[in-house]
Amino acid sequence: MTPSHFVALAVILFVIGAVGVLVRRNAMVIFMCVELMLNAVNLAFVAFARQHGNLDGQVIAFFVMVVAAAEVVVGLAILMAIFRARRSASVDEANLLKY
Amino acid sequence: MTAGHLLAASQAESTGASVTFWILAVISVAAGLGMILARRAVHCAVLLAVVMLSLAILYAVAGAPFLAFVQIIVYTGAVLMLFLFVLMIVGVSSKDSLRETIPGQRLAAGVAAIAFLVLLSLVIGHAAIGPAVPASPAYGVNNLRGIATLIFTKYVFPFEVTAALLITAALGAMVLAHRERTTPKPTQQDLSRQRIAGAHPSPLPGPGVYARHNAVDFPALLPDGSPSALSVSPIIAQRASESEGGLPAPPLPPGSAAPLPPGNGEGATDDGAERESAGTASASAGPAGTDPGEARP
Repeated sequence: MTPSHFVALAVILFVIGAVGVLVRRNAMVIFMCVELMLNAVNLAFVAFARQHGNLDGQVIAFFVMVVAAAEVVVGLAILMAIFRARRSASVDEANLLKY
Repeated sequence: MTAGHLLAASQAESTGASVTFWILAVISVAAGLGMILARRAVHCAVLLAVVMLSLAILYAVAGAPFLAFVQIIVYTGAVLMLFLFVLMIVGVSSKDSLRETIPGQRLAAGVAAIAFLVLLSLVIGHAAIGPAVPASPAYGVNNLRGIATLIFTKYVFPFEVTAALLITAALGAMVLAHRERTTPKPTQQDLSRQRIAGAHPSPLPGPGVYARHNAVDFPALLPDGSPSALSVSPIIAQRASESEGGLPAPPLPPGSAAPLPPGNGEGATDDGAERESAGTASASAGPAGTDPGEARP
């Protein structure tokens, strides 16, 4: 079990999250897949920090967590506003700005 | 990085850590796949919690105990709970439709994903990621101290920017989630007028509570032995008839319009408390004599 194993797992999780963002139609699920991608990147940061033997990667992962928390708060508030206006959480329904 | 170093590193990393990694890797990838395949958003959230918890254990294995706890507290505890709260508001039973709205989208997404996976694998395969350096004190008991030192020295400016970001996010969430009231709030007087004008000035009968059916969805019996449909809240009755098909949904009482609380015991006590608080408020405002509500007959 070397850091490359961790990075490989991070790559797989990141791609799974990207597929979820591309395929799913529910905005909540898309958000969750974005969170999965952020988690995968965090895992890669931790693995690289372990490889280099310093703590910078862990600090960056910590900052990523903070930014993700802020992003989720604002994103879910936007989602609630959209849901209130259109009674749906599907990304297909929010098409007022289309064309 | 000599061979002796490698040997020491491989010996230091016990097989336990290896076993943990492989088990958690399989679990997290399976949960991630389940996440993009599950139809209900709640199932996705639970599977995401599984992924996050296994990643937290992996952080601990990789020598980041502080991040492991932050992952559990912030991600699983706060972010995911926020997701679940909003899911409850948005509609917990909403399912994703499996119909493709854009033709060929899934195929294109699959091809893009495979291409992306190949690209990242090639990058990582070429990167020659070396083995971990032997465990330093920064990964043991001094992990927290080391992170704190870095945050408050080298990364102090990003840390302070983070504070601004969090405040902005909190304000933005409040602004976005706030809903302006389009109609004036009904006063106590309006509510009581509505109640008197309706068909049921008094509280509706409470539900029947039996030893066998100790539940609010069981209608009370009238003196002639027939069940009273008015004694069950229409929302509960509708839900019960949806889930079991057992209890027929009683018709909505004609007098109970939207602002009037459904006429079971709970609504009545709620009303009483409101009336009480309104009474004290008007009593405190009474001597001043400036309250326009008091002057009205």
